[in-house]
Amino acid sequence: MDLRFTPDELAFRDEVRTFFRTALPADIRRKTELGQRLSKEDTVSWQRILNAKGWAVPHWPAEWGGTDWGPVKNYVFREEMQLAPAPDPLSFNVSMVGPVLIAFGTDAQKRHFLPRVANLDYWFCQGFSEPGAGSDLASLRTSARREGDDYVVNGQKIWTSRAHHADWMFCLVRTDPKAKPQAGITYLLIDMKTPGITVRPIPTIDGEHHFNEVFFDDARVPVANRVGEENKGWTYAKFLLGNERTGIARVGASKYRIQRAKELARTIMLGATPLAETPRFREKVADIEVQLKALEITQMRVVCNARKLPPGVQDPASSVLKLKGSELQQAATEILMEVAGPDALALQPEHLWGTATDEPIGPEWGPMIAPDYFYTRAASIYGGSNEIQRNVIAKRLLGL
Amino acid sequence: MDFDLSEEQRMLEDSVERLIAERYGFEQRKKYLKEEAGFSRDLWRRYAEMGLLGLPFEERHGGSNGGAIETMIVMEAFGRGLTLEPYLATVILSGGLIQLAGSEAQRAELLPRIADGSLLAAWAHSEAQSRYDLCDVACSARRDADGWILDGAKSHVMHGDSADKLIVSARISGERRDRDGIALFLVDADAPGVERRGYGTQDGLRAAQITLSGVPIASRDAMGEPGKAASVIERVADCALAALAAEAVGAMAAAHETTVEYLKTRKQFGVTIGSFQALQHRAVDMLVELEQARSMALFATMMVEEPDAAERRKAISAATVQIRRSGRYIGQQAVQLHGGIGMTLEYKIGHYFKRFTAMETLFGDTDHHLAALAEAGGLIAPA
Ligand SMILES: Cc1cc2nc3c(=O)[nH]c(=O)nc-3n(C[C@H](O)[C@H](O)[C@H](O)COP(=O)(O)OP(=O)(O)OC[C@H]3O[C@@H](n4cnc5c(N)ncnc54)[C@H](O)[C@@H]3O)c2cc1C
Repeated sequence: MDLRFTPDELAFRDEVRTFFRTALPADIRRKTELGQRLSKEDTVSWQRILNAKGWAVPHWPAEWGGTDWGPVKNYVFREEMQLAPAPDPLSFNVSMVGPVLIAFGTDAQKRHFLPRVANLDYWFCQGFSEPGAGSDLASLRTSARREGDDYVVNGQKIWTSRAHHADWMFCLVRTDPKAKPQAGITYLLIDMKTPGITVRPIPTIDGEHHFNEVFFDDARVPVANRVGEENKGWTYAKFLLGNERTGIARVGASKYRIQRAKELARTIMLGATPLAETPRFREKVADIEVQLKALEITQMRVVCNARKLPPGVQDPASSVLKLKGSELQQAATEILMEVAGPDALALQPEHLWGTATDEPIGPEWGPMIAPDYFYTRAASIYGGSNEIQRNVIAKRLLGL
Repeated sequence: MDFDLSEEQRMLEDSVERLIAERYGFEQRKKYLKEEAGFSRDLWRRYAEMGLLGLPFEERHGGSNGGAIETMIVMEAFGRGLTLEPYLATVILSGGLIQLAGSEAQRAELLPRIADGSLLAAWAHSEAQSRYDLCDVACSARRDADGWILDGAKSHVMHGDSADKLIVSARISGERRDRDGIALFLVDADAPGVERRGYGTQDGLRAAQITLSGVPIASRDAMGEPGKAASVIERVADCALAALAAEAVGAMAAAHETTVEYLKTRKQFGVTIGSFQALQHRAVDMLVELEQARSMALFATMMVEEPDAAERRKAISAATVQIRRSGRYIGQQAVQLHGGIGMTLEYKIGHYFKRFTAMETLFGDTDHHLAALAEAGGLIAPA
């Protein structure tokens, strides 16, 4: 047992840190520092820089462009990236559809899609949820009827993040309406340019456009774009959602927010005392730091344990990470909100998007604080809500 | 002890609640948001007709002599509807300041115009650096042959962009955070040297940044005894906090009801999600927080007219702490229990959450009031 990093891991951390310091374009760094929203181009160009270095998909097998870093280094890499702070590579691509294709795709699919997924030539979105199927995903109804070499898809998806940017969707559809819910689902890759697909934006409470409704009206999808077997999609989806959960703790992102809160609190004066020096602020922040440290170590334990599990099998403790990780992300945004106080009140979308031509009302960082707080409420809803995580833990860890 | 409303108070409650139910549906609210001032002028006239705008003023000033309970009744209904009109800015804050610090002439001139809806007013008090310190005033007023000259900048002036009249606090002597030396002035919003930059706030309301460059003020437009405004300022802030407590309770009750309704209708796994015990308990905890908040809003209402300023301030701080704790919990849980739809701008629950969030920053955050209360010795004296 040793909690410290080995010299090799430390050297690796320094190498990664130096890379982020030099390779991350200044304008993108500035946006992530301030918490401004990134454009599609920002995300794409950063992922391509990573990919050129061979680091866009480090956790994939080397054969498909990954590295052989192993879990600890992968973890260090992700944390350093969040602390840089650099944008996350598109998780739909690198953590979701990529690993599914690697595990279950045909050779032809792997050869075609994986390089494009890694380089973000294809931007994927996730078409799982439907108006009537959220937490109860298996009740989804969007149908795919086989017609020759095509599936004909009809129905509606909802909450589809970034569908308005996407070139492709990985999608769950019902191919056997008579089977029991989990048994009749198929996993398809759908070109978003397919005729019959309509994307409608749904603005969120942070005033932004994150997610969408997607409608399918006789959209024809070649059978060749099916991943794995017909009616076995649920297995692949479960595999994918397990992957989604481990990445979702975002310890580095919470650490970065805490760093920010401490830094900004130095500039806020309560009378003659900076907020950062008041006992109540310091203790509140310390309290979150303790929980973050605990979560970090829990995450390391899950990460190290993953080596011992058969491939594709998820550690049920990953639900602990999702649960606590989302709560701490929210706690960190709450602290930032309290630090900003009245400076967070003005609604300034152009400053959030970095397209403003006028001076902001209040400090430069003000416009980002409340939207970040509002949007982060979603962290306990998406990726399997925290209530669902508790159900999973109760059932799988506690046998209740 | 008696928590019952009088016959008249119940009639007031009925009529305001009916108005909000009929005229402040969520879709209607969206329309008001798009109006030029960011609220409904039409409803403002309706409030005047119903006597709401003069509620706290004396009858000779066009009012109905209402007290803190009447204000609570109105604000609670406004909270339910997430109303957008400048009632807090014009009636509670500006009206309150004019009542407390205004001369008889100022009262006679301005209060009837507020009451009949023809005058909108806003309190230009907080500044970029002042945060929650009510005595932190850098804006300056210096003597001039005909009166005063104002210079400085005010930030986050609630509804400052639509106001006809501003009540500006400025320092006439002392250091930036001194209690002594603050004065209040009546300033026409379009007076020379006044510049306003209006903006929307996160919760859908309006505010303005205001700069004052050499604004000349006639002597008769000073309010009260120049330099001695601190206690009036504190009292009006307390009135605002009591009113906000009532507003928050109305909003919490509506958010809670909406959520319980959703739990009864939304189906997942073949059953209504309200049948999951985990969610039932959450809805129960929200109710507990709501009842705690309601009690403290009543406490604030009953203590806001307390003559002992120290006791009053403790009570208001205590109420504020509870209100914010409850508001945050109820707002966050309401979004959570709605799932994805709770995150959307097109659905009302998120707007309650945003209003609670914004309210947490008005007239002192939770930590500010906790510290003030602790400093004052808390609510329970040692044995
Ligand atoms: C910002 C955001 C982005 C998203 N992006 C995507 C995306 O890209 N692709 C995609 O497919 N989906 C996406 N989602 C959808 C997300 O996965 C769903 O919102 C989530 O699964 C919850 O489903 P629901 O919204 O239908 O809520 P419901 O399932 O209706 O849940 C409502 C409430 O009931 C609770 N609940 C439900 N069942 C139980 C139970 N058995 N026990 C206890 N509590 C329960 C939930 O926890 C929640 O609090 C996104 C959601 C958000 C908020």
